[in-house]
Amino acid sequence: MKMLKSTLAVMTAAAALGLSSFAQAGATLDAVQKKGFVQCGVSDGLPGFSVPDAKGTIVGIDADVCRAVAAAVFGDATKVKFSQLNAKERFTALQSGEVDVLSRNTTWTSSRDAGMGLVFAGVTYYDGIGFLVNKKLGVSSAKELDGATICIQAGTTTELNVSDYFRANGLKYTPITFDTSDESAKSLESGRCDVLTSDKSQLYAQRSKLASPTDYVVLPETISKEPLGPVVRKGDEEWFSIVRWTLFAMLNAEEAGVTSKNVEAEAKSTKNPDVARMLGADGEYGKDLKLPKDWVVQIVKQVGNYGEVFEKNLGKSTPLQIDRGLNALWNNGGIQYAPPVR
Amino acid sequence: MHNPPRGLSLSDPRVRAWLFQILTIVFVVGLGWYLFHNTQTNLQHRGITSGFDFLERSAGFGIAQHLIPYTESDSYARVFVIGLLNTLLVTFIGIILATLLGFIIGVARLSPNWMINKLATVYVETFRNIPPLLQILFWYFAVFLTLPGPRGSININDTFFISNRGLNMPGASLAEGFWPFAVAVLLAIVAVVAMVRWANRRFEATGEPFHKFWAAVGLLLLIPGLSVLLFGNPLSWELPELKGFNFAGGWVLIPELLALTLALTIYTAAFIAEIVRSGIRSVSHGQTEAARSLGLREGPTLRKVIIPQAMRVIIPPLTSQYLNLAKNSSLAAGIGYPEMVSLFAGTVLNQTGQAIEVIAITMSVYLAISISISLLMNWYNKRIALIER
Repeated sequence: MKMLKSTLAVMTAAAALGLSSFAQAGATLDAVQKKGFVQCGVSDGLPGFSVPDAKGTIVGIDADVCRAVAAAVFGDATKVKFSQLNAKERFTALQSGEVDVLSRNTTWTSSRDAGMGLVFAGVTYYDGIGFLVNKKLGVSSAKELDGATICIQAGTTTELNVSDYFRANGLKYTPITFDTSDESAKSLESGRCDVLTSDKSQLYAQRSKLASPTDYVVLPETISKEPLGPVVRKGDEEWFSIVRWTLFAMLNAEEAGVTSKNVEAEAKSTKNPDVARMLGADGEYGKDLKLPKDWVVQIVKQVGNYGEVFEKNLGKSTPLQIDRGLNALWNNGGIQYAPPVR
Repeated sequence: MHNPPRGLSLSDPRVRAWLFQILTIVFVVGLGWYLFHNTQTNLQHRGITSGFDFLERSAGFGIAQHLIPYTESDSYARVFVIGLLNTLLVTFIGIILATLLGFIIGVARLSPNWMINKLATVYVETFRNIPPLLQILFWYFAVFLTLPGPRGSININDTFFISNRGLNMPGASLAEGFWPFAVAVLLAIVAVVAMVRWANRRFEATGEPFHKFWAAVGLLLLIPGLSVLLFGNPLSWELPELKGFNFAGGWVLIPELLALTLALTIYTAAFIAEIVRSGIRSVSHGQTEAARSLGLREGPTLRKVIIPQAMRVIIPPLTSQYLNLAKNSSLAAGIGYPEMVSLFAGTVLNQTGQAIEVIAITMSVYLAISISISLLMNWYNKRIALIER
């Protein structure tokens, strides 16, 4: 009944848009503080980003961004409730106020930032579209995919970018679009599609879920830029800043070498003025954001810095084994870069 | 007894009736206006683009099945038409097949043959009681996708290929004999109509029956056949050929379409069978006996006496089954068949973010389809209704 549920969700959300009152600057933070938790929109199950574990807790880097927001606002990373949304439901859920922040491997594009009443708060993960194919096909490059049937998840930038790539290279293809990533993976396994296409991080995750992952290979090409990040409603700059700076705080903590293990000691005894400002030992930088003084301490202590969160969810110790690559810090060969707290 | 007071008074029932009607209209219009205005303001305030301009923007994504030519640079409006046509295609094929199958099963349920009777009962009870979405998923994932791939496809005479990519078949394109052929078909139809009229007149005048059906088949075969002999083939056929990943050339029925049509047909036919059975049952046994005593055989009794009377009972509930089939076609989103809901209310909604406009358009499409089916069936119902003299 997934389909019925999602149609209902879109319809109620559309109706809610008609009935709900204005969004105002500050409204989201007030509402969040009043209800006592952050409502966070995550994916319908993507390993490494947001997926329920054996106990039903949502784990992953996207989920941890929401936990970090809760840690910053309440000083308690558990004060967050998750809504699992598929690609089609996600924007309406955010627009209508069903969720306070959408942290759901969502690509930052101009039309989403400008025309939909949404605004992206930053980039959690720099990604790009790739292709997953069965080794039996003997394909080694995306350029050899002329005439292929391709499984895509509906309502994603992938639908557009794949079309662009094939048009640009003068290749033909047949798209089969499914509502959920599970359905498209099932269709790849059954041979309905020759290729499964999605963000590369997702391809690794989906491959790990297939019956025999070793039969499939991710092609070397990355055909698009897919910066994934948390999204909030437009028109509430205060809440926007909180989400954006939560992400920056995690990056800055990694850069300064502040980890969940040493953060409390650092907060008390650091000699580094930059770290002192960030951890609230010097100045009142949290207050500008309407957050408690120790907001960064709580984020790092309870959730971890960016590097820790990445390693825990996507890194070498996980089945996904994704390299930091573009997502390494700027001073370490990547492009993750956060403005300073001061 | 005193006269009711002149002028407007709440104690006058007519005044009260008017007042309440006016109040109701004011309330409904006011509520509508409030909702519209509030939505407009909210959208504007949140910086969400509204309006229907998006329909002219280019879509930029591919579509698996389109009945009219389509490229990625075409507009969202064209995507809408494609979604609509795909929905109509499933609805149309589904209604025809479900009606045929439903009538057969319905008659079979009344069969005196124990085996046929019980098989029909099992069919009805099974398929009526399984949710349609489940049946669609079953046909798609458990039947069509488990077929072999294009390279190991089931090959029928090198012309038809069945694989998990669908049913590949020869595709037709117009050849030099097409226009003479079209004219010949038209001529044949005119000839059939004339023949039927003549036969009916003769039947009414003399009571002599005429083999209208076989004469019509003969005419339809003969005249277009002559045109083919004289002017050549109307169509040229292109065989599907295995090329690269898949078959190229010819036509293909994609498995999503097959699974959806099959599931909806089988599901709806179970209901239609019950409607047909109840319709036939509603005709009293006396009618059969009367027909027999007139000397009519079993076939004509069913066709000329029972069915026409049963139709009056069958048509109204049949209409609602047709409507259900049209609406159930939206379940296709679960298997990636590009119809209205999955293509327009899915992909287009998401790419444009204009939920209200897209959902409103989609809802009005289903409303329009349903009302059209209703009107057509009501017209037919009136035509066959009992004319009381």
